[in-house]
Amino acid sequence: MNSKIQAKTIVFGNNIDTDVILPGKYLVLVDPNELGKHALESLDTEFVQKAKDGVILVGGKNFGCGSSREQAPLALKYSGVKCVIAESFARIFFRNAINIGLPVIECRGISTAVKSGDELVVDFEAGNIENLSNGKKFHVEKLPPFIMEILADGGLIEHLRRKMK
Amino acid sequence: MNITEKILAKAAGKKAVHPGEIVDANVDMVMVHDLTGPLAVEAFKKIGVQKVWDNRKVVVILDHQVPAESVKAAELHKTMRQFAKEQNLTFYDVGRGGICHQVMPEKGHVSPGNVIVGADSHTCTYGAFGAFATGIGSTEAAAVFATGKIWFKVPSAIKINVTGSFQKFVTPKDLILYIIGNLGVDGAIYKAVEFTGSTIENMSIAGRMTLCNMAVEMGAKNGIIAPDETTRRFLEGRAGGLPDFKALQSDSDAEYERTVEFDVSSMGPQVACPSSVDNVKPVSEVGDVPVEQAFIGSCTNGRIEDLRVAAQILKGKRVKDGVRALVIPASQEVWRQAMQEGLMEIFTDAGAIVCGSACGPCLGGHIGLLAAGETCVSSSNRNFIGRMGSTQANVYLASPATVAASAVMGKITDPTTLEETA
Ligand code: SF4
Repeated sequence: MNSKIQAKTIVFGNNIDTDVILPGKYLVLVDPNELGKHALESLDTEFVQKAKDGVILVGGKNFGCGSSREQAPLALKYSGVKCVIAESFARIFFRNAINIGLPVIECRGISTAVKSGDELVVDFEAGNIENLSNGKKFHVEKLPPFIMEILADGGLIEHLRRKMK
Repeated sequence: MNITEKILAKAAGKKAVHPGEIVDANVDMVMVHDLTGPLAVEAFKKIGVQKVWDNRKVVVILDHQVPAESVKAAELHKTMRQFAKEQNLTFYDVGRGGICHQVMPEKGHVSPGNVIVGADSHTCTYGAFGAFATGIGSTEAAAVFATGKIWFKVPSAIKINVTGSFQKFVTPKDLILYIIGNLGVDGAIYKAVEFTGSTIENMSIAGRMTLCNMAVEMGAKNGIIAPDETTRRFLEGRAGGLPDFKALQSDSDAEYERTVEFDVSSMGPQVACPSSVDNVKPVSEVGDVPVEQAFIGSCTNGRIEDLRVAAQILKGKRVKDGVRALVIPASQEVWRQAMQEGLMEIFTDAGAIVCGSACGPCLGGHIGLLAAGETCVSSSNRNFIGRMGSTQANVYLASPATVAASAVMGKITDPTTLEETA
């Protein structure tokens, strides 16, 4: 993972649950690329089209609430989402995202300071987020070092593989 | 310390822990099912270890797409069957168990003071037995398979103190809906929710499981209830070697972020309206809502107590024409008990269909899905958009009593008024 991520954003509201991120009927799909084709389709049928060249997702409170399905962050990652920033996350989604190597970060006030299409840059090392489209800057609590390590390794499995050798 | 902190401290080999601290905890039990298991198996194989850390502590349960409804699901089941065999794990195949969260305590895989993780968000159900139990993802389950450990941030706790006695046909489900309506779907995010008070002390294990099951619907990390004689009576003969319950009571000076008080004495039946679990109203205020489907089942409300109250209401009555009523016992054990008590006959005579114990329509993956424009009143735990089928369908969450009454009337109905209106 790069410690800096820059991309255009797509903004969603509060309580985006894992059933809308990836409906239960797709859980039998195994190929992550197939999962990616259905990300968030029940909220926005064009989401996958918009995300494919790389986007930063911005959400409100309690992003990723609901089921423990890891297929939800996987679908986002494989649809082109590079990172998710939200006011707060549901805890299982937060852990799952880190574990599959999708960077997530909490930022109070972000959902009202960004609109879809704005260009954001997130600096994980420094704990800074900047909205290049309106100049607004945020300082966020950095992820603990062991989580940064998991992300740097590309996810928990790669991390364990390296550590258990 | 409170009970959650005590359990985490012990699991991390520490004298004390404090909210916000990150600990590495030893895991007592890990569970995966047919939808989260295959990803965990794949991830486990990539780690490069040959055997799970302790084969007696890994449980695999098939319950979501059961029996297999498609070739894809059959393949997933096959993967899990093979993995369980090759690793010599406790395995509940189709027809042997039922819904994971019912099977785990029923078959003795849950004990007070345990740290239990499961690749399913409603793993928090086992807090009803005084265990620290929480949901994780598949990759993390694989990591637990390999190491037997997991990191946790020690949560700060909210105490929910409940007093008063329930009125007729008002149940723990109504209470938890009422609580979530009050606190909101993010009202307990990352927190431990500890239920206390005389209402909880007098509550059956079934009711306690319903409360802890839905703790995650307000974002909680875990729901928990201190173990007592009720817990002992349920677990004796199921889980071996119960611990000393005294060590699992919260200290009188334990710290809570806040305490919220509820009195159930004057509470009526509650309903969570589409499409958020905190969109809760007393059933008397939901107005005229015709339903096409009524579902009694799930890990929230598919236990024998739930089926009994539904049967009490359906006995001698008919499900209204145009309504399909689905009854799904949460496990084979519940199924058998319901059959012995004659409940199956009551359901069948009423025109309801009884299906095999599994998740069923709860997650919209298998049987009993909804078409666009249809409405279902359900005893399950989630009413999100698209949860039970079409994204154009509506789901109302309620108690088994309210669902049964609604099935008879063809619209959402307060069970306490059924006698007068029928
Ligand atoms: S019954 Fe519903 S909520 Fe419970 S485990 Fe099954 S799908 Fe999940």
